[in-house]
Amino acid sequence: MSNHSFDEAHVVHELKHFLPAQQALKDFIHHNSLHAFQHMKFYDAIFKASKIFGFQVHLQLPEYRAMYKTGRIREDVLQMVIANKKGNNAVTEWKEKLINQDYDTLNHPRIGQLRKYWKDVYHLDLDNKVHPLLFRILCAFLDQGIAIDSFPVVSKPFIESIRELEQNSFVSFFKTKVIRQKFITGNYSISELLKTIVGKDEYFGQYIFDQQFAHPGWSGFVSAVEDNPQTLLDRKQITLKELLEFELLMELDVLHHVLGKNWQPLASHVTVPPVNLFADVTKTELAEVIELWQDAFEWSYYDSVLKGILLASENFKTTIELKDSKAPLAGVGGLSSGGRGGGPSLQAIFCIDEREDSIRRHIEAVDKNAETFGAPGFFGVEFYFQQEGGKFYDKLCPAPVTPKYLIKEHDAKSIRKGELIYTKFTHGILSGFILSIGFGFWAFVKKLQLLFRPKMSPAISDAYAHMDKLSTLTIENKNPADIENGLQIGYTLDEMVTRGENFLRGIGMVKNFAPIIYFVAHGSSSANNPHHGAHDCGACSGRPGATNARVQSFILNHKKVRAILATKGIVIPDTTQFIGSMHDTAADVWGYYDEDLLTPENAKRHLINKHNFETALNLNAKERSRRFASINTKQELEQVRKAIHSRSVSLFEPRPELGHGTNTLAIIGRRQTTKGLFLDRRAFLNSYDYSTDPDGAILTAVMRPIGLVCGGINLEYYFSRVDNIKMGAGTKLPHNVMGLFGVANSSDGDLRPGLPWQMIEVHDPVRLLVIVEHLPDIVLKAIQSSPEVFEWYKNEWVHIVALDPIEKQFYYFKDGAFAKYEPITNASEIKTIHNMEEFIEGAKEMETNNIVHATEENLPVYLLD
Amino acid sequence: MDQLLILFIAIPMLAFFATLLWQNKSEKAIGKIVRFAKVSNILIALSFFVWWLINGLDPISHKVATLYETDHFVFAIQLYYDEVTAVFSIVGAFLFFLVATFSKYYMHRDEGFKRFFNTILLFATAYNFIILAGNFETLFIGWEIKGICSFILIAFYRNRYLPVKNAFKAVTNYRISDVALMLAMWMMHHLTHQNINFSQLGEAKEIANAANQTGMAIFIVCMIILPATIKSAQFPFTTWLPRAMEGPTASSAIFYGSLSVHIGVFLLLRTHPFWEDMLWAKIVIIAIGAITAIMATMIARVQPTVKTQIAYSSAAQIGLMFIEIALGFHWLVLVHFAGNAFLRTYQLLVSPSVLNYLVHHQFFHYVKPTQKIVSKIKASIYMLGIKEWNLDTIMFTYLWSPFKWIGKQLQFLQSGVFIAILAAAGIVLLILGCTSQDSIPSLNGALPIILMSIALMVILFAFSFRKSAIKAWIYLITAHLFIMAAVLFNAPHINLIEIIFYASGVLLAFILGFYCLQKIKKIDNDISLNQFHGYVYEQNTTGFLFLVSAMGMLGFPLTAAFIGIDVMFTYVHSNQLALIILLALCLIFIELSAFRILLRIFFGPHKKLNHPVAFRSS
Repeated sequence: MSNHSFDEAHVVHELKHFLPAQQALKDFIHHNSLHAFQHMKFYDAIFKASKIFGFQVHLQLPEYRAMYKTGRIREDVLQMVIANKKGNNAVTEWKEKLINQDYDTLNHPRIGQLRKYWKDVYHLDLDNKVHPLLFRILCAFLDQGIAIDSFPVVSKPFIESIRELEQNSFVSFFKTKVIRQKFITGNYSISELLKTIVGKDEYFGQYIFDQQFAHPGWSGFVSAVEDNPQTLLDRKQITLKELLEFELLMELDVLHHVLGKNWQPLASHVTVPPVNLFADVTKTELAEVIELWQDAFEWSYYDSVLKGILLASENFKTTIELKDSKAPLAGVGGLSSGGRGGGPSLQAIFCIDEREDSIRRHIEAVDKNAETFGAPGFFGVEFYFQQEGGKFYDKLCPAPVTPKYLIKEHDAKSIRKGELIYTKFTHGILSGFILSIGFGFWAFVKKLQLLFRPKMSPAISDAYAHMDKLSTLTIENKNPADIENGLQIGYTLDEMVTRGENFLRGIGMVKNFAPIIYFVAHGSSSANNPHHGAHDCGACSGRPGATNARVQSFILNHKKVRAILATKGIVIPDTTQFIGSMHDTAADVWGYYDEDLLTPENAKRHLINKHNFETALNLNAKERSRRFASINTKQELEQVRKAIHSRSVSLFEPRPELGHGTNTLAIIGRRQTTKGLFLDRRAFLNSYDYSTDPDGAILTAVMRPIGLVCGGINLEYYFSRVDNIKMGAGTKLPHNVMGLFGVANSSDGDLRPGLPWQMIEVHDPVRLLVIVEHLPDIVLKAIQSSPEVFEWYKNEWVHIVALDPIEKQFYYFKDGAFAKYEPITNASEIKTIHNMEEFIEGAKEMETNNIVHATEENLPVYLLD
Repeated sequence: MDQLLILFIAIPMLAFFATLLWQNKSEKAIGKIVRFAKVSNILIALSFFVWWLINGLDPISHKVATLYETDHFVFAIQLYYDEVTAVFSIVGAFLFFLVATFSKYYMHRDEGFKRFFNTILLFATAYNFIILAGNFETLFIGWEIKGICSFILIAFYRNRYLPVKNAFKAVTNYRISDVALMLAMWMMHHLTHQNINFSQLGEAKEIANAANQTGMAIFIVCMIILPATIKSAQFPFTTWLPRAMEGPTASSAIFYGSLSVHIGVFLLLRTHPFWEDMLWAKIVIIAIGAITAIMATMIARVQPTVKTQIAYSSAAQIGLMFIEIALGFHWLVLVHFAGNAFLRTYQLLVSPSVLNYLVHHQFFHYVKPTQKIVSKIKASIYMLGIKEWNLDTIMFTYLWSPFKWIGKQLQFLQSGVFIAILAAAGIVLLILGCTSQDSIPSLNGALPIILMSIALMVILFAFSFRKSAIKAWIYLITAHLFIMAAVLFNAPHINLIEIIFYASGVLLAFILGFYCLQKIKKIDNDISLNQFHGYVYEQNTTGFLFLVSAMGMLGFPLTAAFIGIDVMFTYVHSNQLALIILLALCLIFIELSAFRILLRIFFGPHKKLNHPVAFRSS
C-alpha cells in the first residue's frame, strides 16, 4: 500500500492477497491460513501478520511455560535450542527469560485504527448499522438454495442485479433518497465515494483495509468466488470491487441518515499520519522468547521421533537377519493367503493421509506377510468425475491441478431418497400448518430414533454415495474425438501407461507383486457437519477418492498396459490383480469395488484378506476410541467398532472423527523406516524407495505436492489451533448455515472460514517435519526444483530432514544447506509397546481441552515389539 | 395427589442446585443429574396426567404456600392443572428429554458445558412454574426466570459481540412483557380487590361486567395480549426471534424453536375465560396472528440462512395459533402447538445437515435459472423480506430512540455534586415519607408524580450515560430511592415491612454490584460504558456476581424486593394513569440500564489482546 496517491486497482489486488481464501464449504481445500506471508521466513511472517491484523499466531506465553512444567517441553531440548540460536554461553540467561521473565504480551494491531474515529468522534457505530443488511444482501445474492424465493435477478453481476431491483421496486435498501439516486444512476466512483467519506487521499488505502477486515469472512468469500466461480454450482458474478463500492455507498447512506449534514470527512478529525499497515515490524525480546519456546516445543517431539527411527531400523535389521536364517521354513503349508514362496500375501496402497497410519500398522500386525504403501490419494490419476445423473463435474486430484480428462459413471443402481424434513412446504402458511400437525409428531419419532438408533439417512453425508458401488466407469478412451465440454472422456492407452508407470515407480513398487493389490482410497461419513469436506481426501480436492482407486486399478489390470509396462521393466504377473476400495475414516468401514473381476483363486484370497482387514478395522476403531469420551475403550472389539460406526451417523456428535488433528510428520521413504514405530496417527507416510531412484528424478515429483498438501493441512491446523477465534471457525455448536456455502454465527454474522474448534482441540500446534530417506544433496536438488516448492522449506514453514539411508545419519535443512543432526534423546527414553490393546486401554484421555491437558493425550513415539 | 404438583417444579429446581455444585469438567456427574431430572420430568408429567384422566378431567387447584399476606394483599404460590397444562407439560417434558440427551454429546468439552445444563434446568423449572401457575404471581415468577435463562443462553458465547447485542435485544423486548404483566396483575387486583386465581377468571369477568368497569377490563386484556405477542415473537416484535439463535444449536432448538416461543400461546389459552366474550380482543388477536402469519411467511421465503428461515416459519405458525385461540378451537391449538414444537426442534437440530443435503440435491437437480419478469410488486416484496419489513429499525426509532434522546438531554445530571444532593434528598424524602407523610397534604396529588418523574429522569440518564459504570450504578440506586419515596407519598397507610422488603433487596443488590465494579476498577482504571470490556473472560465469578446483583436491583425473584415491588404496585390507584406509566417506565429502564452495565463491563470481546479475541462482526 502506498502512502501517497490512491491506486484503486492496486489496493484491491493487495486486499485480495491478504483476505482468507477459503471457497465454498462443500469442497474443503486445506491451505496455509497466512498464505499471503509465505514469501517471508516463518517467524518474521507470523509476527508481522499478528501486528497488522491482531491474530494470535502462537501459543500464549503461560501455555508454553505450563507445558514446560509438565515436561511436555523437554529441558534438554530447550537448552539445545537456546544453545543453537543464542550460543552456549547465553543458555542460562535466556532460560531465565523464558521461564520467569514478565513480558507485556498485549498486542496492539494496526488494523482498525482509522475507522474507529467514527465511534470516537461521532459516537456512531457504523459497522452495526451497515453490516447486518450488507451481509444479508450478499448472502441472498450468493445463496445456492436455502431461500425458497431465490434472488429475483439472475445471471447478472452483483451491482447490476441490485440496481435492477432498486429501479424496479417501491422499497429501497438505502435509507436516504440521495444515495439511492446516486446508486441508480451509477454516477459515482470508488475514489469519489472515498473522497466524500474519508476526505484525504493518503488515508484511502488504510480505510479500505480497515473496512474490509471488519468482515474478512464475507470479503474473503467474495474474492474467492470472483477468482473461482466454479466453487458455487449455481454460479454468481461478483467482484471484490463491487462489494467495496456497495459498502461505501451503504456507509454514506448511513452517514447521511444518522448525521444529516453535520459531519466532515473522517480524515479531517485525524491528527496522526496514515498508518503503513505493512511497514516492517521490529523484533522484540518477547518475539525471540516465543521463537525459542516454539522451537523447543517442536523439537521435543521431533527429536524423539528421529531417535525412534534409528532404533527401529536397528531392530528391523536384526529381524531380517533372524528371518533369513529361518527362510527355508517360511511359507510351507501355512494358511498364508499369499502365493509364491516368500512374497507378500497382499499389498495395500493407502493415501499418505496420517489417519491411515494406524490401519496400516494393524493390517501388518494381523497379517505379517502383508505389505502396505502410501501415496497421495488421487493415485496418480487426475480427472473430472461425473456421477450418473449429476449435473456437474467433481475434480478428483489436488486442487492446483487442472485435469483434461472426464470420467463418467454409468449404470448406477441405487436411488437416493429424499428427506421430508427439508421440504420447503414446512415454511408455507397452510402447508406449514398441515405439516406441523401431521409431520410434527412423526418428527418426534424420528428424533427418538436419531438419538437412540442412529443410522445412515439421506441427511447424512455418506462417503460411499459419491460413486455407486455397482456402476461402471468410462475409463478407457478409444476415440480421442470423444470430448465433452473440452474434456477428453477417459484416457488413451498411452496415457494410461504413463500414469500407471509413474505411479508404480513413485512408490517404488516395481517387483515382488502380491496376488492382490488393493488401492485403498479414503472418505469420511459424518452427520450434521457442514465441514464434512475437510475430512475427505485432501489430494482429491476434499472429496472421497474411491473413483481414483477404481481408475488406477483398471489401468494396472489392463492387459495392453501391462504388456507395455513389461517392456519398460515392470513385469506384473498375470496372477496379480489390482482392486479398488475405500476406507471410511470416520465409520471405519471398508468397501470394495469390482470384486467380481477377481479370479477364483484370488477371490478365495480376497475372502481371507477381508477377514483380516475386518480385524484390523476393529483394532483401528479401538485405537481411535481412546480419544472419544463417549466410548468405553475396554469393551469388546466389536462393541467399540459399532460405537465408532454409530458416531459417524449421529446427528448429535460434533466430532465424528478428529480429521487431521495431531498431524506433525511427513515421512518419505520405505515402509521399513517406520514399520517398527508407533507414531500415533501423526505422520503422513509416502512410500518411496531411494534405491530405485539414485539420481532423484522421481523424488522431485514425489516432493512436489508435499509442501502444498501436507504443509497446507498442517498450517491450517496450526493457525486454527492457536487462534481459533480469528483464524479458525470457532466452536461449531452455534453455527448457522449461510446460503449452502459457509457458516456464520447468528443470522447477522461474518462468515467463519478456517477449522472449527471441535476439529483442532487435540492438535499440537507444531510445524510439519518432513523426513526424506535419501542423500541430502539429492533431497536438496528435489526441493529446489521449483521456487514454489522451495519456498516452504527455505522460509521454514515446514522443517525438512534428510536421512542418509546407508549411513543412517540425519541432516537438518537450515539456512539453505543440510547439516548433520544427532538426536539427543536417549535410547532408554523410547519405550516399547508389547501389547497394543493393553497399551491403548492404558492411554490417558485429556482432562479438559486446555492445551496443557490436550497435548498430554498425544502420545510420544514408541517402538513396536 | 394434588400435593404432587409441586414435584413438577421441585425436581428440576433441585437438579439445578445440584449441578451448581460440580465443575465444568465433571461431565459425567452433571450428566447423571440431568438424566435424573429429564426422566423424572416425563414420569411425573405422564403419571399425573393418567391420574387426572382417571379422576374425571377436572381442573385441579392447589395452594402451596402463602409468602406474604396483609388485609388487602396476598402473595401465594398457587398451582393449577387442566388440559392446557397437561399438553404443555407432556410436550415440554418430552422435548426437554430429547434436547438434554442430544446436548450431552453435543456440548461435550464445551467451555460452557456446566453453564448450559445449569441454565436449561433452570429453564425447565421456570417453564413448569408458568404452565402450572394458578395465579398471576406464580406465573410471573416463572416468567421472569425464563427471561433470564433466555438471556443467558442467547449470550452463551459472551465474549463475542453479536450474541451480546442480540441478548440485549431480547431482554429489551422481554422486559416490556414483564412490566406489562405486572400492570395486568396490578389492575386485576384493583378490579377484584383480591389476588385472584386463574380458576376464578370467569368470576373476574363477571365482576368487571357487573361493576361496569370495561375500562379496567380492556386495560387488563391489553396487558395480557402485549406480553403474549412479545414472547411468541408476533407482529411487530418478530425480529428478536431469529436474532436469538446465538447459543448452541440445541438451546436454540428448545428455546426459540419450541417451548419458549409458545409461551405466549399458553398465556392466551390460560387467560381465555377472562376475554372470551370480548369481541374486540378477539379481533385484535386475530389481526396480530394474521399479520404475523403472512409477514413472517413472506420473510421466511427469502431468507438465505437456515436458522432464520426456521425461526420465521415457526413465528408464522404461532400466528395461526393466535387465530385459532381467538376462534375458540382450543384442542386444535394444543395439537398445533405440539406438532409445531416437535417439528421446529427437529429442523433446528438437524439444520447443519442442510448444507450437505441441499448441495447434493442441487448437484442432481440443478436447472440453470432463467430470468423471469420481475414485477414491481415482486421486487418490493422480495426486498421487504430481506429487510425484514424494517421492523428492527422501526422498533429502534420509535420505541427506544426517544428515551435515549431524553437521557442525552439530561447531561446536567452528570456532576457528582448534583447526584450526591439528589441521593441525599432521596434519603431525606424516604425518611420523611415513612414518618410524617400526612403533614404535607397539599402536595399529595402532585408529589408522587414529581418524585417518580425524577426517578425516571435519573434512570434514563443512566441508560444513555457513556462514562463511569460505577456512577451509573449509583444513579440506579438513587432512582430507587425516589421510586420508594413516590410510593410512600402516594399511600397514606403503607406497611413499613413492605418498604423494608423492597429496600433491603435493592440495597443488598446495590452493595454487591458496587463491590464487583470496584473490583474491576482496581484491575483497570477505565470502566467507561462507551465500549465493551469483556471482563468475564478474566473475572468469571465477579461477572456472575454482578449478574446476580443486576437481577436483584430490578426485583428479580431472588430477594424480598420481588414481593416488595409487587406490593408497591397495589399502592398506586387504578385511576392514577400518569403515575403507573411512570412507574412502569422506571421498571423497564432500570433493568435495561442495569443490564447495559453488565454487558458493557463484563460481556463482549475482551479488551486485552494477549489471547485470541473475536472479530466484532462474528
